[in-house]
Amino acid sequence: MSFATIVVIAIKALRRNAMRTALTALGMIIGVAAVIVMVAIGTGARSSIETQIRSAGSNIVQVNAGSGRFGPVRQGQGAVTTLTDQDATAIAEDVSGIRYVSPTINTRSQIVAETGNWNTQVQGTNADLPAIRSWPVQTGSFFTPQDVTVAAKVVVLGSTVRDQLFGEGVDPVGQTVRINNQPFRVLGVLTTKGQAAFGQDQDDAVFTPYTTVQKKMLGVQHVTGILISAQDNVPLDTVSTQVASLLRDRHRLDPADDDDFMVRTQEEMATVLTSTTTTMTWLLAGIAAVSLLVGGIGIMNIMLVSVTERTREIGLRLSIGARDLDVLTQFLVEAIVLSVAGGVIGILLGIGFALGVSRVAHWATDVTIQSVVLSFAVAAATGIFFGYYPARKAASLDPIDALRYE
Amino acid sequence: MTPVVSVCDLRKTYDIGGEVQVHALQGVTLEIAPGEFVTLTGPSGSGKSTFMHLLGCLDRPTSGTYVLNGRDVSSLPKRELSRVRNRELGFVFQGFNLLPRTSALENVELPLLYAGLKNARERHERAVAALASVGLGDRLHHHPNQLSGGQQQRVAIARALVNNPRLLLADEPTGNLDTRTSIDVMGIFQRLNEERDLTIVLVTHEADIAEYGTRIVAFRDGRVKSDTPVATRRQAAIEIARFRDAAA
Repeated sequence: MSFATIVVIAIKALRRNAMRTALTALGMIIGVAAVIVMVAIGTGARSSIETQIRSAGSNIVQVNAGSGRFGPVRQGQGAVTTLTDQDATAIAEDVSGIRYVSPTINTRSQIVAETGNWNTQVQGTNADLPAIRSWPVQTGSFFTPQDVTVAAKVVVLGSTVRDQLFGEGVDPVGQTVRINNQPFRVLGVLTTKGQAAFGQDQDDAVFTPYTTVQKKMLGVQHVTGILISAQDNVPLDTVSTQVASLLRDRHRLDPADDDDFMVRTQEEMATVLTSTTTTMTWLLAGIAAVSLLVGGIGIMNIMLVSVTERTREIGLRLSIGARDLDVLTQFLVEAIVLSVAGGVIGILLGIGFALGVSRVAHWATDVTIQSVVLSFAVAAATGIFFGYYPARKAASLDPIDALRYE
Repeated sequence: MTPVVSVCDLRKTYDIGGEVQVHALQGVTLEIAPGEFVTLTGPSGSGKSTFMHLLGCLDRPTSGTYVLNGRDVSSLPKRELSRVRNRELGFVFQGFNLLPRTSALENVELPLLYAGLKNARERHERAVAALASVGLGDRLHHHPNQLSGGQQQRVAIARALVNNPRLLLADEPTGNLDTRTSIDVMGIFQRLNEERDLTIVLVTHEADIAEYGTRIVAFRDGRVKSDTPVATRRQAAIEIARFRDAAA
């Protein structure tokens, strides 16, 4: 008997038990859909994190005043006051392959406008910040090098701060806000940047000249960090090595001493984050794979019950001329049709659900062709693997035993 | 003329665990010529059903030979036996054994599928013809649960006939039917026997059913007790006509 005929016979047999067929396939459908959705969410999370990191500027090298050592006592970050704006100037002059350098010093403060009151981060930088972080102003302008030199009391708002103080879409340029009870003139508002890689709102910050933060707000001489943007095609490793050795020189550190600063590149952070989300993707896929396995066992269970229940039918088929191979193939095909049909429906359902998730919950999802192919292959393999045992059991029946079965 | 069935010293012994053995058949020798209508009778446990299963190639003898249509089938491999069952034998059971939720037509087409007949139209035509020959030409698309017992048995007969076998085996075909329907079904067997010269072997434990055949073989304790031609054969067609007259 031809294979096509057996497929027809198998499908007819499945249709005779439509309800049971549907319920069995449901296990497969849920398993496959779960794999697709989970992998889609995991992959989506990873690629959106990668995009955010790239948007933060992938050519950025960051120097933070690090944990210093005072005798045996390790001091916390920020307790070190050795990093200065002269270090930044020296980096700009001596390290090759550098485009912009900005000292940074941050503090938190309450900001008061006539129409609102908001606690946010005050970031002191120089005038190159928009260029370093590829972050242009939306309205007004950024402060100038002149403002930095004179420690002018001017401020550029992040869009969240603008929304909180003045309301969405209002143009606050020229208005005065009070920071630390001192009046600051609003020069401009930056474009909306969105969430950073770790989830904090990058737009919830205001920018003033770092000299202003040093002299007018904190009363210190040091800075807490230096932001460096390298030229394109310059390896960030080389830049960070050069920066590190220059800073050790300038801070007169013995070779035995630890660094009193930390140099990090965006790439390193990206690697850490990407590997975290990759682990998460595998975890989700693993959970989904378990449900796929359960679906497969469900198919085997039903096929075994089906063999017992249809023993007389098998006997009849054998008595009118079915070969054992025909019976084996029929039951195997039934199991495969079940799991493949379940797999196809599951793939469609999974893709639909992934789209739904990204539309409703605004999670980035990314249905990968690999997850579709993999889960389909697993579905088909499950059909063969879990279908073979019941099928062989059916085929090995003796016609007379099967006919007599009660 | 070559006999359709020729068995010689056929024995069948069942092991039912341990040392216990059941000697279901203890040496049966028998010949059945083409066109005969043989009924096998005997009390339960006499071996008539075991003999029937051996004739139907559903089971293998422990010893002895079975020559079907001139070919020794007692030691054929499994695959070859499937072919014999499909092409040379037709089987009718007491419990009909139709596939549920499947139309009469599809039930009858089943042996053609297993015969490897690829042409769907030819399958259809032959199944329709077989159903028409048992008087069910108007019930093609009915499912078994929409048919009476007699009609279901007629579907089963059509299924047994569809591959044009030379030997039709019927195992208590009237066991689940009332008297009137039994006569109907026996009428079909008699007509097939006479019109197509089809050889029929029928197992029954009812003495009156046995008289529709041409020869009665009685079994007892796994042996043939008697083998006699039927002196006055009952004619189902006449009896059916009488029923009809009585009703009118």
